[in-house]
Amino acid sequence: MAADGAGAAVPRGPDTTLAALLDGHRLVVTCGAGGVGKTTVAAAVGAAAARRTPRRVLVLTVDPARRLASALGMERLGNVEVRVPPARFSALGDDAEGELWVAMLDTKQSWDDLVARHAPDARTRDAILANPLYRNITARFATSHDYIAAERLHEIDVDGRFDLVVVDTPPSRNAVDFLDAPARMAEFFSSRLLRWLIAPYRSRLVTAASRPFLAVADRLLGAQFLADIAEFFILFRTMYDGFVERSVAVERTLRDPGTTFLVVTTLEPAPAREAEQFCGELRRRGLALGGLVLNRTLPEALATGAAAASARALREGSSALGATLAGDLGASARDVARVLDEVADGYDNLAATAAEQEGRATSLARTGAPTVVRVPLVDRDLAELGGLLALGDLLGA
Amino acid sequence: MATRRPAAEPQPGSTTLPAVGTLLDRKLVFVTGKGGVGKTSVAAALAQLAASQGRRTLACEVDAKGDLAAAIGAPRSGFEATAAGRDLWLMAMDTEASLREYLKLNLHVPVVTRLGPLARTFDFVADAAPGVKEILSVGKLAWEVRQRHYDLVVADAPASGHVIAHLAAPEVIKELVHVGPIRGQTEWMLDILSDPVRTGVVIVTTPEELPVTETIELAADVANRTPAHLAAVVANRVLPELFNRREEELFDQLGDPGVTAALAAVTGEGTDAVLGAARLIVGLRRRAASQLAELREALPGTPVLYLPEQFGRLDGPALTATLAGFLADELG
Repeated sequence: MAADGAGAAVPRGPDTTLAALLDGHRLVVTCGAGGVGKTTVAAAVGAAAARRTPRRVLVLTVDPARRLASALGMERLGNVEVRVPPARFSALGDDAEGELWVAMLDTKQSWDDLVARHAPDARTRDAILANPLYRNITARFATSHDYIAAERLHEIDVDGRFDLVVVDTPPSRNAVDFLDAPARMAEFFSSRLLRWLIAPYRSRLVTAASRPFLAVADRLLGAQFLADIAEFFILFRTMYDGFVERSVAVERTLRDPGTTFLVVTTLEPAPAREAEQFCGELRRRGLALGGLVLNRTLPEALATGAAAASARALREGSSALGATLAGDLGASARDVARVLDEVADGYDNLAATAAEQEGRATSLARTGAPTVVRVPLVDRDLAELGGLLALGDLLGA
Repeated sequence: MATRRPAAEPQPGSTTLPAVGTLLDRKLVFVTGKGGVGKTSVAAALAQLAASQGRRTLACEVDAKGDLAAAIGAPRSGFEATAAGRDLWLMAMDTEASLREYLKLNLHVPVVTRLGPLARTFDFVADAAPGVKEILSVGKLAWEVRQRHYDLVVADAPASGHVIAHLAAPEVIKELVHVGPIRGQTEWMLDILSDPVRTGVVIVTTPEELPVTETIELAADVANRTPAHLAAVVANRVLPELFNRREEELFDQLGDPGVTAALAAVTGEGTDAVLGAARLIVGLRRRAASQLAELREALPGTPVLYLPEQFGRLDGPALTATLAGFLADELG
């Protein structure tokens, strides 16, 4: 059952639709707080573009919910892109003009691939992959997931097999981490600490002797642990130039005129605040804020004076209305009146939330996003391909 | 707000682990959950409830964004705990300060005044050496428990994606660091973290598909990849039940065009929107109920506490106080 107001998504930007945004760019990066439906929006946007235009579209998602994954045919998916069978579109009576491809970001596999690409020789590569610290570090290094997402984005862009790539960014503590990841990775590889760690142990002792704070590290963690880390970084160091060069290229991709950012949020307080900050960060960095998706908004009709007046009339007249309708409904006047009271209560509750949300929507509109799209809250999941296409329609994608 | 029962009744048999009523008798409670489900509000409410019961409670904001302080209605705190009410203290985790405190307390290292260079490289050390940042954070919390500075420490812990690395840090460090004082420290931390009587994890969720799926996965990760035990799941923002079955049939009949028209003749042009709002609540609640059923089925024996939706009417300390009241009822 669709919510009231479904179909009422209204693009609010100055003349720009999400479809126009998608048609004008090669890379769309969706960002937003956790839990706002970012992954679903990314998939819907990609599916819509593949249906509407004769392009080869890739949706690159991160850890999608299982039902979304299976809707896209991604049960066993990894880094390798697979095409959503055209028959899935046809089955919905909806032949796609283009191709929809999907891939899931596999951080570990991506790191392995990176190492394989940048290692100077097979022996170094194998030594790194076999290093016990390697797995731990790639899995836990805070920057690791964000960097890999940016890196894959760049790789796919350079590769040129796709006309449009929609990337769903990893859930970070802070969405800005994604933007900073390439620079931080480069910084990490040129840090003084790294140079110290990979200095021969003997000369490190000398350094340590002259710098008590480094002696503390030895004392805290044990010389063996530091030696393990050092060995790992000595190996990693051989890939330094490749990584730094790559980080710079990744950053260039994010700044490319063909790249645009789509910020997804709900109108809940915390995600809306984060979205607003993120839009500001994009502007500060000179990155392109292409659009803002306000997801799961309550029907706008709720906030109208007419609805409030009707709810009031319903409550005030519930006894009389109960008596009037009781015969038609085959129920007691009291039961009908109680239902009418509950309806009015339910309306009041949602209307209170809707009023809060409108305030936040107004504030978000000031971020200057060229496209602002509202997607109404519905009481069903949008996880099937048909649901994604319906969402794409709501988005005007 | 409506006072009907939340979407599903707590099951009478759901107290097979340490009884749910004893949640706040623990010494260390980690509150986690998917982003956006109200984790911080629930952590604040648990801390406030414990303090109101006379427990000396430390509420710690692990991600240090200031949201926990706002929820409690206290000024932001630093690493040094500050009083935030009767029997309630507040601190914000700072792994660098934690390291400084650790050095001072345990190693008597005379570097405290010379931390400048260390501070600059600290982030890199902590990023590069797995588990270091996490153990400084979880270690500080366990330290407060070990020293019995408080009756209860409530951690507004990192969200689902990061909390496992946190809780698993002592074991990771133990595996990677073979000698030295840090390794020695992991033993007592593991003692505290692995004791279900002293330490519990609370996962906050909303009755929606993604948060519920993530909660089920997180519960398995807590069990399999950390020494800690799941104490309870809090289902936040559960919609009230608008109608009983008989009333719902009546409500459905109101949607008949003839009946709606008769209503609208009296109540005006906004009638459709009003009926639509009620219909939306009924539909959302029905879906929420099936998500909660899935949750209970996947986590048999785990107490589930229900907190009703507040429809955006409250935030900050007012929301915290309201949730604390509901939690008090749920915990009996």
